[in-house]
Amino acid sequence: MASRLMALWDWFDARMPSVGEEWRKHAAEYYAPKNFNFWYFFGSLALLVLVIQIVSGIFLTMNYKPDAGLAFGSVEYIMRDVPGGWIIRYIHSTGASAFFIVVYLHMFRGLLYGSYKQPRELVWMFGMLIYLTLMGEAFFGYLLPWGQMSYWGAQVIVNLFGTIPFVGPDLSLWIRGDYVVSDATLNRFFALHVIAMPLVLLGLVTVHLLALHDVGSNNPDGVEIKKHKDPKTGRPLDGIPFHPYYTVKDLVGAVVFLAIFCAVMFFVPAMGGYFLEDNNFIPADPLKTPPHIAPVWYFTPYYSILRAVPPLFNSQFPGVMAMGIAVLIFFALPWLDRCAVKSIRYRGILSKAALAIFVVVFLILGYLGTEPTTVWGQFGFNAFFLDTKDVATWVARLCTLVYFLFFFLMPWYTAKDKTLPVPDRVTS
Amino acid sequence: MSRAVRALLLAVLLAPLAALAAEEGYRLDHAPIDPKDLVSLQAGARTFVNYCLTCHGAQHMRYNRLVDLGLTESEIRNNLILTGDKIGGTMTVALRPADGKAFFGVAPPDLTLIGRSRGADWLYTYLRTFYRDPKAATGWNNAVFPRVAMPHVLWQLQGERSLEVKEGEHGTPEYEWKQIVPGTQSEVQYDTTVRDLVNFLVYVAEPAATERQRIGIVVLFVLGILFIFAYALKKEYWKDVH
Repeated sequence: MASRLMALWDWFDARMPSVGEEWRKHAAEYYAPKNFNFWYFFGSLALLVLVIQIVSGIFLTMNYKPDAGLAFGSVEYIMRDVPGGWIIRYIHSTGASAFFIVVYLHMFRGLLYGSYKQPRELVWMFGMLIYLTLMGEAFFGYLLPWGQMSYWGAQVIVNLFGTIPFVGPDLSLWIRGDYVVSDATLNRFFALHVIAMPLVLLGLVTVHLLALHDVGSNNPDGVEIKKHKDPKTGRPLDGIPFHPYYTVKDLVGAVVFLAIFCAVMFFVPAMGGYFLEDNNFIPADPLKTPPHIAPVWYFTPYYSILRAVPPLFNSQFPGVMAMGIAVLIFFALPWLDRCAVKSIRYRGILSKAALAIFVVVFLILGYLGTEPTTVWGQFGFNAFFLDTKDVATWVARLCTLVYFLFFFLMPWYTAKDKTLPVPDRVTS
Repeated sequence: MSRAVRALLLAVLLAPLAALAAEEGYRLDHAPIDPKDLVSLQAGARTFVNYCLTCHGAQHMRYNRLVDLGLTESEIRNNLILTGDKIGGTMTVALRPADGKAFFGVAPPDLTLIGRSRGADWLYTYLRTFYRDPKAATGWNNAVFPRVAMPHVLWQLQGERSLEVKEGEHGTPEYEWKQIVPGTQSEVQYDTTVRDLVNFLVYVAEPAATERQRIGIVVLFVLGILFIFAYALKKEYWKDVH
């Protein structure tokens, strides 16, 4: 049997050798550092979630109706009458949040070990493009259930484009295809969500991996393993073939991840209103604005920044710009970071403290974005500079300032930081 | 830098104190529902078709799905379908939305998903806090949903009550309920009636919920087994990596 299979493979390989070549190049003979830790699971997990989303999405489209009159009902039809429909739907809704959790942890790994630094700038930039596309994918997809939050969330976000001077109003009209979010909007968002964005995502993921495999993976020590090769074989001394070592290791990570994933989707699929918002179980009503509109949790840090920036000349554009810069500034990271070492392990207190503060600030902004600005009450005194008395708004402003200082001061504090000597080889 | 950190920490630590003062609205009671209690679900279904379904539909819920509650199709047909609908049909309502709007000022919302959008505690408290209010158009008002358009449909069961709101200690309002006209049910009986109804509404909002948890346990068990094998495989491959 085994020899038969080998013969079949030889037959195939003789006619199409590139399959074997690619397999060796990207798996069997791709040498990855042997000291990957916990943080290195999230790349392969992101790929796993992408596959989960595409497969569950295909099955959802078989019964979903992209029609303002039918969309909400078709989702309930999937939840009730389609055999196994609720499983497919919960896989997809849990997968959306899981995707962002995994991607945020994956990006944090990059910050932790300086994975964006030379020579991996392109890997980082393609990764950032994936993140942006994912945000678009999530935004378009969130309209499809056609609940109140879907509708009003889309309304708010499309209106953000309307604040851009001169072209804004026409631009938001062009995006919606109507003067309000309507059936036309739903149809185009459906097209973008199920075809355009996934295609772009797949392309970008491919480029991200190709760029990574050209320069090789970073590691928790930030040491280039290609510097020390076995003189005979030419293989990195601290590298091990991705397959089988990391395929079996990532399999363990995937099983643990799936266990957490399934615990959520089978026991708390709405995750207390964070993964599936309560108000989204009410059909979209263009005439009834909900009292509190908040985006899903993965957008809330940026939403907080948007709300924190006060309007200028009656225009929300400064806030919109701050929000845009807050996302796009990650692209500049490889050039903002002027530290001589990559990994946090050998960096000094300045870099460590800055990253820790940034994480705290990002989480606070994220939390505040899910709540109304009155969540932390109001200041009990009057002052000339208090344009709003909401405590949460002022905390969000402080956090927004710190958020940007993390990036703007980075060239200074990373250059000034006292670093530790980096070992020649990876530590285990 | 350290001063900025201190200022930030201070703001973060102090902010929740302000939040305590900001809480408002009627405090929700915990709904003692049990999705596995079939007797309660059946009683809730009966209350629902008798009192709610005249104005509110559950347009995504099919009658024959109610076999989940331990009923046979003929039991459903004889006891729960009062509208002449087919057993495979959904729980729609005869009242047209336009008429509903004319009668109440707002079309009665569909209740299929009310258990998910409002939540059990809200429904349980809401249905038990109607009170007489001569200023309201229907003569009824509600502590959880002020100026609600719906009159107290279950008033014969609960009777009529009045509510007085007083300023209590620490500026928090205190609520004083008085029974003006007794209902056909005692307070405990009425609480049970509402509990059963809410239990049913939560079931209707997600009929697959019980099955979901049952399957979830099996899936987690299988993943647990898979973990043991995956971990053993990893250990075996990695034993010569130093």
